Amino acid sequence: MTDLTSLTLAEARDRLKSRAVSSLEISKAHLEAIERAKMLNAFVAMTADKALEMAEASDVRLARGEGGPLEGLPIGVKDLYATRGVHTQACSHILDDFKPPYESTVTANLWRDGAVMLGKLNMDEFAMGSSNETSCYGPVASPWLPPNWSRDRARAALSSGKRGLLTPGGSSGGSASAVAARLCLAATASDTGGSIRQPAAFTGIVGIKPTYGRCSRYGMVAFASSLDQAGPLARTVRDAAIMLRSMAGPDAKDSTCSPAPVPDYEAAVGRSVKGMKIGVPKEYRLEGMNSEIEALWTRGAEWLRAAGASVVEVSLPHTPYALPAYYIVAPAEASSNLARYDGVRYGLREPAADIVELYEKTRAKGFGAEVRRRLMIGTYVLSAGYYDAYYVRAQKIRTLIKRDFERAFADGVDAILTPATPSAAFGIGEKGSENPVEMYLNDVFTVTVNMAGLPGLVAPAGLSSEGLPLGLQLIGRPFDEETLFALGETIEQSAGRTALPEPWWE
Amino acid sequence: MATERGSTNLIKGATGDWEVIVGLEVHAQVTSRSKLFSGASTAFGGEPNAHVSLVDAAMPGMLPVINGECVAQAVRTGLGLKARINLRSTFDRKNYFYPDLPQGYQISQYKSPIVGEGEIHVDLTPDHSIRVGIERLHLEQDAGKSLHDQSPTMSFVDLNRSGVGLMEIVSKPDMRSAEEAKAYVGKLRTILRYIGSSDGDMEKGNLRADVNVSVRRPGDALGTRCEIKNVNSIRFIGQAIEVEARRQIAVIEDGGKIDQETRLFDPARGETRSMRSKEEAHDYRYFPDPDLLPLELDEAFVASLAAGLPELPDAKRARFMADYGLSAYDASILVAERETADFFESALRHGHGKRDPKAVANWLMGDVAAQANAQGVSPADAGLSPAALASVVDLIGEGVISGKIAKDLLATLFAEDRGADPRALVEARGLRQVTDAGAIDSAVDAVIAANPDKAEQARTKPGMLGWFVGQVMKSTGGKANPQAVSEALKKRLGV
Repeated sequence: MTDLTSLTLAEARDRLKSRAVSSLEISKAHLEAIERAKMLNAFVAMTADKALEMAEASDVRLARGEGGPLEGLPIGVKDLYATRGVHTQACSHILDDFKPPYESTVTANLWRDGAVMLGKLNMDEFAMGSSNETSCYGPVASPWLPPNWSRDRARAALSSGKRGLLTPGGSSGGSASAVAARLCLAATASDTGGSIRQPAAFTGIVGIKPTYGRCSRYGMVAFASSLDQAGPLARTVRDAAIMLRSMAGPDAKDSTCSPAPVPDYEAAVGRSVKGMKIGVPKEYRLEGMNSEIEALWTRGAEWLRAAGASVVEVSLPHTPYALPAYYIVAPAEASSNLARYDGVRYGLREPAADIVELYEKTRAKGFGAEVRRRLMIGTYVLSAGYYDAYYVRAQKIRTLIKRDFERAFADGVDAILTPATPSAAFGIGEKGSENPVEMYLNDVFTVTVNMAGLPGLVAPAGLSSEGLPLGLQLIGRPFDEETLFALGETIEQSAGRTALPEPWWE
Repeated sequence: MATERGSTNLIKGATGDWEVIVGLEVHAQVTSRSKLFSGASTAFGGEPNAHVSLVDAAMPGMLPVINGECVAQAVRTGLGLKARINLRSTFDRKNYFYPDLPQGYQISQYKSPIVGEGEIHVDLTPDHSIRVGIERLHLEQDAGKSLHDQSPTMSFVDLNRSGVGLMEIVSKPDMRSAEEAKAYVGKLRTILRYIGSSDGDMEKGNLRADVNVSVRRPGDALGTRCEIKNVNSIRFIGQAIEVEARRQIAVIEDGGKIDQETRLFDPARGETRSMRSKEEAHDYRYFPDPDLLPLELDEAFVASLAAGLPELPDAKRARFMADYGLSAYDASILVAERETADFFESALRHGHGKRDPKAVANWLMGDVAAQANAQGVSPADAGLSPAALASVVDLIGEGVISGKIAKDLLATLFAEDRGADPRALVEARGLRQVTDAGAIDSAVDAVIAANPDKAEQARTKPGMLGWFVGQVMKSTGGKANPQAVSEALKKRLGV
């Protein structure tokens, strides 16, 4: 059955269409793979009955020659998306036992197009984290073995706290791990500062954060509303394009969602990049930069040049301010967005003598340390007397960052090429325990894209000397995801498909 | 109309005169079928939590979507307040924890309101009005309601009101007495009801006011103000200002100073009490709501709303005076409620439309209003049609019935003869007044014959004539024309 889980989404789609295989077979194969991979901790809830039911219905439609673009394809859903009657907690205790009576627009779009839901995927609590270690369900292990680790050592670590195993990145760590471990054909993820792109880079898969407003945020548990955006994680650029086409689209229930129709992204995959102008921003060449990352970046530029694109240096002068500004704006919005988790209407409620005590006890117990830290930062920066010094200034920086990109694009650049992460994946328990900023620095190449609301795609570009996947990021004009898919495909083809790790966890 | 003020508003303290300065923040519920950011109903009086959408309950991942009708209502109101309409406004979050505030923040317009500066002319007496400046009008969400009396150990929350659209209308500190403040709220309410943007129903809590009060020596700079929260009737607004001004004067005259604070008015005890001081004030951590785009309106939208506005009370009052020759007093009373003004004009124009406006106004403001008052409704809703009032006025004008009969006739039209045609009723009941000279003469003769002594007296004391008129009217069941009776009596008695 392994071959059914090793298919790409596009391959599986074509086999289903030709009736070479049934959705029930593919879905069962994935449910079994999930069962065997329990120790990776990628899934926090399985919806096996629902999956089989949906698969059977898909098979009926496929047999009639009907069905949507994702008919019968089993996928995973990040725990951030509201799924009707199904576990939805954003991996936080504060939403214990919460099962929404509604469906997010993104997942509703996927089910409309025929996708089959396998279950809910682990993530950093409220998407706050870069390693999936802040989840109330514990960390997720990457399917990639740490350098020089034996299969046995890794298996032992799996069952004893996972320390030393690699993180799949975060916050969409469950999604990335599940896709890379072939537990689902693709998964939904979300990206506020890099939560799709960094895990894609860490696990050797493809992720795209589309333009802000391309996907509806309705039914996505909010972290930072002006930065949050849905997107897919998949094993190929084509699969990501297929997924995004279904996820995206106008939605009257989200005022910030674009009314623009969704193009056929898959048609852009394989489109020539000849004549395109690619910008390489000099400010991303950080002091003390990992030489392997630098070399990878240069190699990426060469691949694009070889495919007929021209590569020019561009300047995005406000880049150094992006990360600090992001860590003001995002917590500020979060401090307000998470105020609704008060123990009054749903989720966790700690017994208390009065309402203030109820708030205090519930929120102290329900939120993990990282969430509490960010809520306190956010509350602080919005407070009277600090608002202008922090929030207002951060918003000004945001405008300047946006302008940097606008200027580069106005100069004729079609897309911008950068590294995705400062390094390859790190180990569970390795970062951020002493100083949280160490963890925040992971987002250095990705937050600018959220701050500017632009689309960003990460494609695997090879392996480090230690054999770990590395990714490159492509940043595009607003609503020009198609160019990113065309360029991403070029990188994927040039780098050669990286073989994903064998299932040592089984 | 004079706009200057006399010194009559000054309050006498122990050490001299004081001037009271009042500014109001009125919260008026927007008339709309659904809430400001959700599709839930705004209907009053449903079962607790019957009108609550997922957005109102702040379920995870729910997003607000602005209700276009609420925006239109705010713009209409702004136009009615002769205010600047801001074509670009923004929504902010006001953050605080409270069980009846499910989101943990209220969506409001803090920095850029939809409506800017405007004004209201407030009539204090028919010929004396003041101008009260409007600082701004903004849209915001109402909160739910905490119920503390349902259980000895728990509080309950009703979210039916949560998310209902409110217009907060902020005045400049332009009022100098409780009377002026009361008149301002009354006029504002009239304008809102004319426009149809709020029913201003204070009993349902659809109009509440935060009252800012300070005192100073005439001519001095403004004093420190206190804000009295959530006063829910015009009468209480007046009382709260009176007692708060006197409290502040007493504090200052005792050598103390006023602390800026939020206070509550207790109508039962007739006092205001400190709720929280400036130091205890919440830090609301306002910031732009990232779930909502800036609200952008175009000129054409505003122009179309302006074109659709009804005639507003000031214009209507001026027209009633100019076109119908009504006094300022009568015109003011008639325009106070749009329905009453419409009723007046319908009655005036009914059928041939040739009847005396003053007569229609008098009957409407007199007997009709009294009947309506007794029923606790407005004259237009009291059960008499404008056509019926027109008929009654015509019957008097034609001399078919007397004013006295008309009064009785109206009384029955509000009671057992509700809905009847007055003219048909007069015929059916034989209420037509007697103008036949012969009939009147014989009635007069009969009364004189029955009262020879009084007749003798009356010849020397013309004051007795009234008694005789009364007797004749009585004997004719009120149907005799009093004018004709008086003439006949004078002739017979030779006075």
